[in-house]
Amino acid sequence: MSASNLEMLNIIVKREFGSYFATPIAYVFILIFLMLSGVFTFYIGNFYERGQADLTPFFSFHPWLYLFLVPAVSMRLWSEERKSGSIELLMTLPITRRDVVVGKFLAAWFFTGIALVLTFPLWITVNYLGDPDNGVVAASYIGSWLMAGGFLAIGSCTSAMSKSQVIAFILCGLVCLLFILAGFPMVLGAFKGWLPTIFVDTLASLSFLTHFSAISKGVLSLKDVCYFLSMIIVWLLATMVVVDLKQGE
Amino acid sequence: MIEIKHLKKQFGELVAVDDISFSVAPGEILGFLGPNGAGKSTTMKVITGFLPPSAGSVTIYGSSIETDTLAAQRHIGYLPEGAPCYEEMTPRSFLKFIAEVRGFTGDERLSRVQDVAQTLSLQSVLDQRIETLSKGFKRRVGLAQAIIHDPSVLILDEPTDGLDPNQKHQVREMIRGLSKDKIVIISTHILEEVTAVCSRAVIIAKGKIVADCSPEELAAKSKYHHAITLQASDPADHDAIGSYMENLDGVSAVQREDEGLLLIPSAGEVNLMPLVLSGIREKGWQITSLFQQKGRLDEVFRDITVEVDNVSE
Repeated sequence: MSASNLEMLNIIVKREFGSYFATPIAYVFILIFLMLSGVFTFYIGNFYERGQADLTPFFSFHPWLYLFLVPAVSMRLWSEERKSGSIELLMTLPITRRDVVVGKFLAAWFFTGIALVLTFPLWITVNYLGDPDNGVVAASYIGSWLMAGGFLAIGSCTSAMSKSQVIAFILCGLVCLLFILAGFPMVLGAFKGWLPTIFVDTLASLSFLTHFSAISKGVLSLKDVCYFLSMIIVWLLATMVVVDLKQGE
Repeated sequence: MIEIKHLKKQFGELVAVDDISFSVAPGEILGFLGPNGAGKSTTMKVITGFLPPSAGSVTIYGSSIETDTLAAQRHIGYLPEGAPCYEEMTPRSFLKFIAEVRGFTGDERLSRVQDVAQTLSLQSVLDQRIETLSKGFKRRVGLAQAIIHDPSVLILDEPTDGLDPNQKHQVREMIRGLSKDKIVIISTHILEEVTAVCSRAVIIAKGKIVADCSPEELAAKSKYHHAITLQASDPADHDAIGSYMENLDGVSAVQREDEGLLLIPSAGEVNLMPLVLSGIREKGWQITSLFQQKGRLDEVFRDITVEVDNVSE
């Protein structure tokens, strides 16, 4: 990628990122994210009762939290552009399609990163209460952010499919749910009886849950990182194809 | 120089643009006319690289819009139909974004924004959100982003649609004020606009070019070209004047209109004025107004485009 390309990417990211904060959506999203992660951790995750100084209850709910919060962030990425017609403006500026797709995604990803970083009081709390393994916490944070990236890339693609943000939201939620459920013990159990192990393993290996729980145990292995990165790349490539197809209509 | 060769655009079965070829040289202000749904916007979308052509080619200063898209797009300033913008932004941040994409940095970026804001009188609303602006302001924000990089090719899809007469005038002045080495393509269905700003008119109907000439030549196709409107101070004289004029050489018909009489020449190039004047002098009629029409564009437009409708149906 040449320098001028990076510059273009930077311009797109800046604009998209700024547009989150131009409306109350960003603040509402962050507030809901922080509130829900608090509720999940303390009430449902039994943070105190467990008597362990770690953030497992906090992170274990992230896939479910993302299931409906990430589509809310990603739904506007393309739907809004198509609905308002600004996509015509954007696509006739001298910017490559790749830069636009990647730039929009990165802006959304950084945005969720900020929401994630703002959960730091939990990390302070757990350090105050006990002596957690901060390596595990750091790995979990990175894992959670990578997972959010995977969800967002799916959302970017579904957003490109429809002019309607509601449809984009629901489609994204559905696809993300599939990718979570693929690793759910119950679902895997249902297949185990009659499918060859290799299929069950492949299915499990496609799941966000499998890779995220591996990372949140504190093992930031190349395999899991690569999984999320390739998920992102594949879905962004799909976004490019969908944007192209829809534009010709 | 823009060269469009055998351009075709299909959406499934529907042929929106059907084998269009024309080229535009620097200095030309081309009015792109046609009834709604004739393929004006589609053609513009293909020229600007938003839609890929189904067949044919578009070349902008030597760069093909299909294979050398970015280079071609750098030449172009484009106002899409309806002037879409990022509504949540302010004109200032929006124009700064566009200027940045167009490669301006630092002080130049800011001065570009200031310049276009001044050209289009946007200073008073620069820091209001675009979604709160009136239609006229939104349109001008759209125009501002199109001219911010001083493009050599300016493509405007219905630039004055929804503007009040003062704003229309302002936009036309802006277009006329562009330097003379630019290519401007304006789509419109307002015919007065063509006479007001364009040096060339291309009419399309059903995806095909049906006329390509100067607005004057277009007006000359009208049967009212060189027709004379005449009003006597005493309306009672109109009957007598009418029957006299009907028998003049070169007058094909005399029509009664609200204000007076309309003398239609038998051929467009006939100049009836000397004959009419000498007739009036001879008979001693009192005349309050007398003028020669250039032709009625709306009538020519209707004739040309309806003809295509009839042939194809």
